Amino acid sequence: MQQFFAYTIIGLTIGAIYALASSGLVLTYVTSGVFNIAHGAIGMISAFVYWQIRFDWGIPTPIALLLVLGVFCPLLGIVIERFVLRGLGAANEVTRLTVTVALMAGLIGAASWIWPPDARSAFRGFYEGNVITVLDVNIGMNKIIALISAVAVAVLLRYLLFNTRLGVQMRAVVDDRDLAELNGTRPNNIARASWAMGSVLAGYAGILLAAEVQLNVIPLTLLVINAYAAAILGRLKSLLYTFVGAMTLGLLEAYLLWTSGTSWFPKTFFGFNTSGIRQAAPTIFLFICLLALPQAKLRAGMVRVVQRSREPKWSTSLLGSAVLVVGVVALTSLLTRANTIFLVQCLVFALAVLSLVPLTGYSGLVSLAPLTFAGLGAVFMAKLPGDGSVMTLIMTVVIVALIGAVVALPALRLEGIYLALATGAFALLVSTLVFNQQKVFPNGSLDVPKLRLLGIDFQQPRAKAIMFAVVFALVSLTLVSVRRSRLGRQMVAMKDSPLAGAMLGMNLLKVKTVAFALSAAIASLAGALDAGKVPPDRYGLDSSLPILLLAVVGGISSIGGAFFGGVMLGTNSVMATAIPSLANIAKITPGFIGMTLGRNLNGVSAQIGDGFRPVIEHRQSVVVAIIGPAGFWLLATFNVITNWQFFGLLFMWTLGTIGLLPAILGNDTNLRNTLLPLSVSGLIIGFISTTINLPTGGRMLCLIVAATFVVQLAQKKMAQELTTASTTAESPDLAGLTTPFTARELQEVDDAIGVVP
Amino acid sequence: MSALLEVNAVTQQFGGVTALAQVNLTVNRGTITGLIGPNGAGKTTLFNVICGVRPPTSGSVRFDGVEVNNAGVHERGAMGISRTFQRLELFWTLTVYENVLVAAELASHPNPAEIARQNLELLGIDHLADATAGELSTGSARLLEVARALATSPKLLLLDEPASGLDERESEQLGELLKQLQERGITVLVVEHDMTLVMGVCDEVYVLDLGVNIASGKPEHVRTHPDVIRAYLGAQIGES
Repeated sequence: MQQFFAYTIIGLTIGAIYALASSGLVLTYVTSGVFNIAHGAIGMISAFVYWQIRFDWGIPTPIALLLVLGVFCPLLGIVIERFVLRGLGAANEVTRLTVTVALMAGLIGAASWIWPPDARSAFRGFYEGNVITVLDVNIGMNKIIALISAVAVAVLLRYLLFNTRLGVQMRAVVDDRDLAELNGTRPNNIARASWAMGSVLAGYAGILLAAEVQLNVIPLTLLVINAYAAAILGRLKSLLYTFVGAMTLGLLEAYLLWTSGTSWFPKTFFGFNTSGIRQAAPTIFLFICLLALPQAKLRAGMVRVVQRSREPKWSTSLLGSAVLVVGVVALTSLLTRANTIFLVQCLVFALAVLSLVPLTGYSGLVSLAPLTFAGLGAVFMAKLPGDGSVMTLIMTVVIVALIGAVVALPALRLEGIYLALATGAFALLVSTLVFNQQKVFPNGSLDVPKLRLLGIDFQQPRAKAIMFAVVFALVSLTLVSVRRSRLGRQMVAMKDSPLAGAMLGMNLLKVKTVAFALSAAIASLAGALDAGKVPPDRYGLDSSLPILLLAVVGGISSIGGAFFGGVMLGTNSVMATAIPSLANIAKITPGFIGMTLGRNLNGVSAQIGDGFRPVIEHRQSVVVAIIGPAGFWLLATFNVITNWQFFGLLFMWTLGTIGLLPAILGNDTNLRNTLLPLSVSGLIIGFISTTINLPTGGRMLCLIVAATFVVQLAQKKMAQELTTASTTAESPDLAGLTTPFTARELQEVDDAIGVVP
Repeated sequence: MSALLEVNAVTQQFGGVTALAQVNLTVNRGTITGLIGPNGAGKTTLFNVICGVRPPTSGSVRFDGVEVNNAGVHERGAMGISRTFQRLELFWTLTVYENVLVAAELASHPNPAEIARQNLELLGIDHLADATAGELSTGSARLLEVARALATSPKLLLLDEPASGLDERESEQLGELLKQLQERGITVLVVEHDMTLVMGVCDEVYVLDLGVNIASGKPEHVRTHPDVIRAYLGAQIGES
């Protein structure tokens, strides 16, 4: 009985912390419409800042608390609202979600950079050591403060929302943003206030939680998955249900902790260690909460966007695939073994990113678990009989595709953020219950056999790189044919308006299931073909997030975008390995790149693609564009130029010359006379800069990238001056809104309606 | 004349609000039926009930002699109900042609491309085939909605304010189009505020006000019905 009471107190404490965190989550969601995946990360970073002030600098608790909760958290919330989220108003749900995922990745990176694990000392709760004894159970002050705070916050929030002007405005914004604005409320100010408050709540929860579980980046960030569960129980609306959910979850966890220590709790289950079940309990709870949600109502479509889901052309796709395969074959003949391994890494990432194209790009379904399916691919490739035969690979792909479909089935009732969270929960479940099992990853690593085909040794980096290039090309072509088929059109139609699709007789469940299965199959290839020793954390949720980020940044609805995203991710990890001093920057790069999405909604590759489109449509340019690199390669192969000079030229050619080709080869002599020297000088800079001998490959790479960047910038500037800015025709609907009426227009209107001035 | 669609005593409540109260409506095969009423009368709600977007609180819907209460939206779509949306629901990122093509393919036409072309021509927007739907003007977007709905070769076509955003000439053309569709054997149920259009083409008109069916019958009968005139604040319908 005494034990029961003790664990009840523990449960209520944990529940109180979850309640604090989840009420902040609900607050920001309802007022700004953005579900903040990074909520946990805000709590995590606040706990670290508090530790820094309170324990590292030794400033007294009240001042430290004031600095964190009164200054740091509100500021963080305001900065996030102002610089990351505003401008996302017109963005679709995928982009909005991704931006907060980016925020989370960025904060995780920042925390592990600023506070490396060995530099952290103990985190103590408030008034640690002081206890109150109730029924022979000692209750620490931290727990009591947590409980009291949760109740106080509940009361305060209720008062705020229903009895203050700010609260009424907040609720008005929730009900109808436009109407509230017309009545004098400023939604942006309201959103800012609620983000500030949400951050404070997250920060406070983070500090209280850190006292219970100590400072650890990932656990602190992910423990707030529990807050998600509670918030989902309240349907992201009801604060009351959110509190009930938080308390239930806290108690559930505490009782599981209690019973799993007793003898009757089975230690193993069919050889699987059951300790994972306790760890996974909150995730399972989240999963159940999500599944218990009623069938998502058929949502009206997204707001009208002037954006195009372009149907890929066969000619471009075949050309791209051929260039990729030939390029990798040629490139690997020059690269050192170590650099070839980096290239392989880029291609593996690219394939994983590619798995999101049919799912997120075409169908608009966000998945936080792309690498989980890759991990399952690796597991089946290793465990199925056949030792890496083609048959084993086929079986692996089929099985993972089926798992994808089966897992998707219950999740398919969900939409948007709910679906994204369900896939995140699935990723965590598979990590704890499968990947972290001794039986699956013996001694913490899995030995994935190499593919046995035609007697080629695919363990060799060069063969592996070429294999991945070929697989990427084949999968891309498959996706092109899917996108050009009925199925592909239905996927895009479903993304644009599920309601209209269903009304025309489309079975949404079927389309969603196929999208999930296809995506899982592609991801499984990335895992199954990446032979070698694999650690279990390679396929965790935190590794999946950058994949999603860079996929969206690259431009998720196109294959080029996937490739671009994969290469960026690969380059990022290459830099981290090659130049240790850059490792910390590499940690935060994906996050920060993702956060810029608010400025560029279509993805980088769309922009680059727009630049290249005139080239592809100009036959002469295509030929010249291909001849250039072929020539450089010959020069390098016969040692006329060094390999680095080859790369310098290649970069400049790709990013600084190809785009100008149609103009250079065109009829306008004036344009040609300016642009030709421009591109040639770019190539010369690329050539000379790589003649400088730097000690490591990574530094050379940095130099090349920097030089290319500078040349591109200069070219853009000059090109802008050359071509008179084309004025885009404005929609007549916007006349008078985007630009003021001219006197003449006013006169015309007056004449038309017969007003005599 | 047999009934294609029968709405029997449908009630729809949202919390404490009764959006539809015991509404009965019959649409006979081969007719054009109008559904009119002031804003907030429950017209779009009734459309949603007919399409299966929301199950009614009580009452039933029969289509083509079959009770469809338990059929999902896509099942009803496959049975031959097609509709347009008051708040446009196009596939914005697809081209105009692809929008219609998706519909024709879903209806399993042997030659969907041909059907798509025909319907774009029928609505007079074939010159826009390669434009992205998101770039269309509101008028063209509305016509595209109709073209897409027709591409499934529906038995029953539900039009939700097809003339809003159209100019007078386009509105007249729409009226002619509805007559053409009728000749082809397509049954139409249309929600519309343009009284000239409704009174000109409809065989039968139903009037909803605050969720209650206050009148129904031939256009000339409805036009002079005292309750209808009251609902429209005394304005003589057709003269406003």
